[in-house]
Amino acid sequence: MEIKTTGVAGTLESSDIQIMISKGTDGIQIDLDSEVAKAYGDQIKKVITDTLKKYGLDNVKVKATDKGALDCVIEARTLAAAQRATETSDKPELGVL
Amino acid sequence: MTYVKNRLRRTMMFVPGNNPAMIKDAGIYGADSIMLDLEDAVSITEKDAARMLVYNAIKTVDFGGAEIVVRINGQDTPFYDEDVKTMVKAGVDVIRLPKTESAAMIQKLVKDMEKAEEEYGVKKDSIGVMAAIESAKGVLNAPEIATSTPLMMGLAVSGEDYTADMHTHRYPDGRELEFARNMVLQAARAADVYAFDTVFSNMNDTDGFYRETKYIYELGYDGKSLVNPRQIPMVNKVFNPSKDEIENAKAVENAIREAKAKGSGVISMNGKMVDKPVVAKATCVLETAKASNLIDEEGNYIGE
Repeated sequence: MEIKTTGVAGTLESSDIQIMISKGTDGIQIDLDSEVAKAYGDQIKKVITDTLKKYGLDNVKVKATDKGALDCVIEARTLAAAQRATETSDKPELGVL
Repeated sequence: MTYVKNRLRRTMMFVPGNNPAMIKDAGIYGADSIMLDLEDAVSITEKDAARMLVYNAIKTVDFGGAEIVVRINGQDTPFYDEDVKTMVKAGVDVIRLPKTESAAMIQKLVKDMEKAEEEYGVKKDSIGVMAAIESAKGVLNAPEIATSTPLMMGLAVSGEDYTADMHTHRYPDGRELEFARNMVLQAARAADVYAFDTVFSNMNDTDGFYRETKYIYELGYDGKSLVNPRQIPMVNKVFNPSKDEIENAKAVENAIREAKAKGSGVISMNGKMVDKPVVAKATCVLETAKASNLIDEEGNYIGE
């Protein structure tokens, strides 16, 4: 899967997370901003990384602004951002879900 | 989750499909059904993101035993196909089709669901459908819509779109909805499916809400669509049988039992004849009371 553009999904509202995805060169690099980064930062990054890999993306720059999102929300927003970045939103790969 | 045709459906709470905070809390208010909305509550630029969010929510969030309904986008939108596929894969309980105007539209939905069920290995016929009736045409075709598929769970009147289609507005007395409400209810009863009334969106008009809810309850509706969890206890209060009704229903059951024991054909209670519809109503009251935890297994009243 190829990243064609910058993809953003999610909002800055409570319980949400905003994910911005753009083309990277050096694996999956995540810049995370979260008030709970100390306790949950690793888990949030793991969910993002796992989701991107499932979608077939290995070189990605990610900017994530977390507002207390649950794992299922983090995954959903990462997927939506990945679909937008790869321009597959109209016909997303549902097999990865 | 699997679709169950008959269950208690007094309250169907609308939850915007792109709002994680509302989705994660949706299960705590005790709604009988939760309707996650991909249609009007989601802006056109966020349809894809909402679809993913709702998919994941269905898969992971605990909705406290509520039935999960998803309102997908209409068949005239580019989002319809993906909505159907994704929701079938998610294993939702019921798919609600907006702006339903004919049996053919529901049959197309069922066919599309079948295709997706096959593709994703979801058990056939494990997901129900319901139709939102939102136009004059939909109301007139309600009978054929209600009987369009054995998977039909129910019909819902949608007041806002319907009144717009009828060149009117919604008024406090609801007379502009009279025909639609009766037609849809009649069609639902004739087809043995559920009937849901439209939302009441003015949260500050509590009296008006009670008036409308009582009215549709008296007409015979099964439940009401809601936009605010504060309305759930209000609807339940109207729909739940009173202590007197429960006591009366129990008396009817006892009278039947006694008459059967005596081998008597005609049943009488307090000097009044108890015939078949009276018995059916009593059974219905007791079933609702049991489902609402108003009586225990032995039939003793435990509501406050």
